[in-house]
Amino acid sequence: MESSITKYKLSNGMLVMLKEIHTAPIISNWVWYRVGSRDEMPGKTGISHWVEHMQFKGTPQFPSGVLDKAISREGGIWNAFTYLDWTTYFETMPADKIDLALRLEADRMANSIFDAEEVESERTVIISERQGSENQPMFQLGEVMRASAFRVHPYHFEIIGDMVDLETMSRDDLYNHYRSYYRPNNAVMVVAGDFDTKDLKKRIEKLYGPLKAGDEPFRQQRPEPPQRGEHRLTVEGTDDTTYISAYYHSPLASEPDFFPFIVLDSLLTGPTGLNMFGGGISNKTSRMYLKLVEGDLAVGVRGGLPATIDPYVYSITVTVHPERTADEVITAIDEEIHRVQDTPPTQAAVERAVKQARALFAYGSESITNQAFWMGFTEMFDSYDWFTGYLDRLAAVTPDDVQRIAQTYLVPRNRILGTYLPTKNNEVAR
Amino acid sequence: MSAMSKIQLANQNSSLPGPDDITRVELPNGIAVLARSNYNSPSVNVSGYLHVGGLFDPDEKLGLADYVSAALMRGTEKRDFQEIYQALESVGAALSFNGATHTTGFGGKSLAEDLSLLMELISEGLRQPVFPEQQIERLRAQLLTGLTLRAQDTRDMAGMTFDQIVYKDHTYSRPEDGYPETVQAITRQDLVDFHKKHFGPRGLVVAVVGGVAPEEAIEKVKSALGDWQNPDQPDPPKLPSVTPLKELVTQQVEIPGKSQADIVIGASGLARKSEDFLPASLGNSVFGQFGMMGRIGEAVREKAGLAYYAYSSMSAGMGPGPWSVNAGINPDNIEKATELIRAEIKRFITEPVEDDELADSKANFIGRLPLALESNGGVAGALLNLERYDLGMDYYLRYAERIEAVTKEDVLAAASKYLHPDKLAVAIAGP
Repeated sequence: MESSITKYKLSNGMLVMLKEIHTAPIISNWVWYRVGSRDEMPGKTGISHWVEHMQFKGTPQFPSGVLDKAISREGGIWNAFTYLDWTTYFETMPADKIDLALRLEADRMANSIFDAEEVESERTVIISERQGSENQPMFQLGEVMRASAFRVHPYHFEIIGDMVDLETMSRDDLYNHYRSYYRPNNAVMVVAGDFDTKDLKKRIEKLYGPLKAGDEPFRQQRPEPPQRGEHRLTVEGTDDTTYISAYYHSPLASEPDFFPFIVLDSLLTGPTGLNMFGGGISNKTSRMYLKLVEGDLAVGVRGGLPATIDPYVYSITVTVHPERTADEVITAIDEEIHRVQDTPPTQAAVERAVKQARALFAYGSESITNQAFWMGFTEMFDSYDWFTGYLDRLAAVTPDDVQRIAQTYLVPRNRILGTYLPTKNNEVAR
Repeated sequence: MSAMSKIQLANQNSSLPGPDDITRVELPNGIAVLARSNYNSPSVNVSGYLHVGGLFDPDEKLGLADYVSAALMRGTEKRDFQEIYQALESVGAALSFNGATHTTGFGGKSLAEDLSLLMELISEGLRQPVFPEQQIERLRAQLLTGLTLRAQDTRDMAGMTFDQIVYKDHTYSRPEDGYPETVQAITRQDLVDFHKKHFGPRGLVVAVVGGVAPEEAIEKVKSALGDWQNPDQPDPPKLPSVTPLKELVTQQVEIPGKSQADIVIGASGLARKSEDFLPASLGNSVFGQFGMMGRIGEAVREKAGLAYYAYSSMSAGMGPGPWSVNAGINPDNIEKATELIRAEIKRFITEPVEDDELADSKANFIGRLPLALESNGGVAGALLNLERYDLGMDYYLRYAERIEAVTKEDVLAAASKYLHPDKLAVAIAGP
């Protein structure tokens, strides 16, 4: 894994990370802001995501409808994502056109208009986005489970926000949120691709240097108290398929326990990987797949261990076989967890997880966009060193570590267990 | 990085795939192999297809070709299901087969050091599947669950309803994954017979792209598939022609409990080999793709705020695919959105696009090529396209001039040939 990057701060506090990659005439430019749904409160849930939408609605220099055309005209792609902990914007462009992206991001860090009419038309778009999510049973279940997992911590709220807040938030709420968090001292800029670092540094200084730093943004300090006993909950709905989801409070990515947890995830539900662009692999030899799908209890299973700023959850999600019940699946999940708690996996299983990770990195590194993503993403919850040390730290995991993680975290009192149950003629099928 | 490799890289930067760096070999049994190396990548992508698909399915066993493709890796003469996936997943490799209407495709990736394994598994899947009874039943439950999910997915159901209106009495009205009763009707013997009869090397195309020399890639394909024979392999059935819609046909599928409706509005478009393809593609870009989804995105999402997503798509394949507008809409706004979309269609087929609109989309088509061809998978897909649609090895090298040659009159002619605001299918799925 190539690790030579240039990392420095502008005098206004903006962190800049540059990585030259000369394999294709492409440059990917990302600006990451340390703001996400974790920074929201009741009444204004979903505000970070809505602000992200408004960032596409124009500045005096690049009015609405001009930005998107300018990027597309040059053959570029762009998008933005809002997550629990961060909001990020990227453009990937032919190398000789990247200046447009650099100017655009500098401009909208400070000068977005948030026109009142645009806010109103976007309100219905975002409500429509939420309604589209509500069509999915797993969204309905996940929303309730997350609220149960985080009684105190703001991870309680869905990133899209609650409908009542989407209906009532004002233009000024949005604009104030933007002004509070979109500042160079709260931003990380990442550029990867076919450029010369010396020239690019000059250009970044010219465009971003004059942006004024602001006060350190407000951060809620509401750590989640330890859970005392299992939470079990049910969501009923009109879809015909039963789903089971188990959340376990998990360690921080920056903590030593995270790496054996990655191996455990790979063992139980298949390797997750860090790629946003570049894809993963199947999980048909994972223990949960063998137990549940090969055991004709389920038709699919997957797991996930997100890297976050505050402790989050490891999740196992199962699509239940049409002829089996939720209880049968829960019993089987527990049996498989007891197995790893009782007996450590083999050394070969650990080595396998490392080789899988190496292959996933190889796929991800084909895309310059993805390489730039890794740089900024890891900086949000730790640092790029976390990424460059990833394979070594994974290789250092022992079978006993994996067993200990299962014994420590995968216990009922640390779990939120959710079931989506189909209703038929207003009666719940069991 | 050494000075030497920097020079090599600089040369590679400027080159789109072309006759100079694509190696194409036809094996004696009819398999076409295309290879292109990318030594920047430690991995390799193998993709391909053969001309076996849902077109061959009998109505009462619709979903058969799809079922077969999904079953190819459920056990072979050499390995059982677990051994296949153990081999793949242990080295972080991936491989899957996918059934479509005209073709069965496959796609795999691995570290370059594991290419032999990938080729062996592709060969075993294509040539030696044994369709184990237990696995076939397990797979059936998974396929049936997939159909249950489809029946509750507003987007899927709007798309399926659209196909049933536009391709009435045409094989394209048939979903390639079938219906619950037709999937139930398929026996293990059906799978065995279908595979034996239809799978063979003639017309099989394989592309290998990544950190491997073309000669080595071709040698590996040859050793895995070079001795495959099936003299009785049938030709694909001829496609009937599509009867154009004569009026506005609206159909609504009710799916209770949903918050949002999905709509698909459009008609039958064109085949990939049609001369109208580039003008229609550029037109479609102006209409519902460019920037924030072109004129459709502007009218439906940006101005009216009626949808989270609204765009147009034109899918041109072996036969005439759908040309449609797709949107996710609040159920109360369906009528309003439909009228907006019809008004845009009317404008699209009566007035030429603006000069700057066309120039924008042309620049986008040409400029985005390096990004589309950045990954091994992207290049492999491009090589398969060259072969499948006889585009010629110099297609990507001459792409810019072909795009530049399209005029706004060409676009208008293509648009008005396929679309009309009063002859449309309107498919709606929602609460």
